[in-house]
Amino acid sequence: MTPALLRRSYVEATPRERIEALADTGSFREILDPFERCSSPYLAEQNIVAQRDDGVVIGRARLAGRDVAAIAVDGRFLGGSIGEIGGAKIARALERAGEGAFLLLDTGGIRLQEANLGLLAIAEICDAVFALRERAPVVAVIAGSVGCYGGMSIVAALCSHIIMSRVGRFGLNGPEVIEQEAGIGELDARDRPAIWRATGGIRRVEQGHADTLAGDDLDELAGALRAAFAAEPNRERLSLERLRRCFAQEAPA
Amino acid sequence: MQRIVVERAGGVPVSRRAHVGAVASGNLEVLCEPAGAGARITVETSVDGYEPVWRATLERFLERNPIAATIEINDFGATPAMVSLRLEQALELAR
Repeated sequence: MTPALLRRSYVEATPRERIEALADTGSFREILDPFERCSSPYLAEQNIVAQRDDGVVIGRARLAGRDVAAIAVDGRFLGGSIGEIGGAKIARALERAGEGAFLLLDTGGIRLQEANLGLLAIAEICDAVFALRERAPVVAVIAGSVGCYGGMSIVAALCSHIIMSRVGRFGLNGPEVIEQEAGIGELDARDRPAIWRATGGIRRVEQGHADTLAGDDLDELAGALRAAFAAEPNRERLSLERLRRCFAQEAPA
Repeated sequence: MQRIVVERAGGVPVSRRAHVGAVASGNLEVLCEPAGAGARITVETSVDGYEPVWRATLERFLERNPIAATIEINDFGATPAMVSLRLEQALELAR
């Protein structure tokens, strides 16, 4: 294991640095970079400043020699939310992927400001993951400080392999949403240990909702990504049978 | 939301593009591109009413660094210190 001070943190890295560190050195070629100015046309109307890549980085890269689609969601911009443009970038990158894809998910899900367009984008992304995973690995990495929630948690769940770090969190509804909808008795959104106990990387791998656990370390995650590409897809995690067993186990007595 | 433009004639062109930062709380995105002559900085900020502070910050940056470049700033409430650091960072990559 790398000593703490020499470790390169995934959390501290930007989306482009994350892709560059995880893919084969120097192989990443971005498509629609910020200078192409493909940003959301809906945010200015709502008095929100747009980011020029719409919070999504896509491109082609090599991974252990394979030609793959590299996708990263920027959790810093509007909670890594998926709007029309960012969603279309992800869907098109997956549709054109050669020998697989990896998605670095740091996202709260659909961008509420773009409502139905975000929902439509998630549907397109799910479709693209379904098609691609039949012929090549589609690997999700959930290791950012936002985690992976909402519509994008469905996308992650469809992937052939999920890698999480201890920092990562993974669930359909975020803690604030659960507290608001089910009451503070169900979950106190400020109780961070409780949130990580329920949705953090360690727990999710224990439950079989995710496949690999890694530290907050770019080199370790790069190794885990290569191992995931070399492995058979986790048909067990994707099976309905397993979901039924999970519900049976977790249902209150 | 407010738009601010600061311009200055002359200067040495930067040699390449640079992109730094993010439109995140207390942060800003800077896109710097080479230009033939003069500097033009366009700011889009979510916080209204700070035009004099922006002008002072950007004019000081151009005084210290007489460059020819087109710079776009997308701001989400960054402090002047943060703005200066991001501009220096972009310039370091673009030079």
